[in-house]
Amino acid sequence: MARMKFLCDVERCIECNGCVTACKNENEVPWGVNRRRVVTINDGIVGAEKSISVACMHCSDAPCMAVCPVDCFYRTDEGVVLHDKDLCIGCGYCFYACPFGAPQFPQAGAFGLRGKMDKCTFCAGGPEKDLSKEEWQKYGSNRLAQGKLPACAEMCSTKALLGGDGDVIADIYRQRVFKRGKGSEVWGWGTAYGKPDQPRAPAAGAKS
Amino acid sequence: MIALRKVVLAGAALFVALGLGACGERDQVTVYKQGKYQGKPDTKPWDNDPAAAIYTTSKWDKGSQTSWEAAVKTRSLTQNEYTRAE
Repeated sequence: MARMKFLCDVERCIECNGCVTACKNENEVPWGVNRRRVVTINDGIVGAEKSISVACMHCSDAPCMAVCPVDCFYRTDEGVVLHDKDLCIGCGYCFYACPFGAPQFPQAGAFGLRGKMDKCTFCAGGPEKDLSKEEWQKYGSNRLAQGKLPACAEMCSTKALLGGDGDVIADIYRQRVFKRGKGSEVWGWGTAYGKPDQPRAPAAGAKS
Repeated sequence: MIALRKVVLAGAALFVALGLGACGERDQVTVYKQGKYQGKPDTKPWDNDPAAAIYTTSKWDKGSQTSWEAAVKTRSLTQNEYTRAE
């Protein structure tokens, strides 16, 4: 297996926020913490509005891991970036380092209280016994230990959000792009992760 | 008198031993090593019993990374509706 990745197809995302709701429900994430959110650009401009679902991208060279002063991050064999909340001191360095704004900090109290960092776990739990009460309370659901994929991707109604092994979801996305009559040059995934593509002629009558 | 003295001495020795035993010193701060994960080890998803998971169709051999990956890959491919529709 390569690495677990998310891929959001902006041509399909309809900004329903179902992924956000699924994540909240699956992991019982508290108010003020959004492990996943939908970002919309050109909001309201006809033809130019695009939405994308964003969470921790489980970077192969994660900047949060690099800046953490207490080294509480680790990467699993499946390429999922997780952290130990028992070690986290809630300093917020990872938030500044992350280009996606993935690290979240619960602010339940007064005076700007900032708790330990919380982020998307790819529904892989954390460094506690799998499927235990402790793991659930600290990190939420562990669907990978049940042979499942992240709830956000599995329930996406338009299948805009794909989750799983990077090679597999890249192949799914590539097939879609070809069906649309485009090549993988429309986006950089093929260059970054995929196999060398054979140049193909657009299908007759294909729409953009 | 001598017996009482022995009892008192034995009691005192026991008290000292127990008292000092509670004074063991252990590190109260984590000693960090730069660039290395300092937290608890995590378990592998394939080490879980697939029968323990409810509402899942994935089946794998407990402890087998290969079969777990195959199960997850099969599940991943269900996200491709082109293969389901055609």
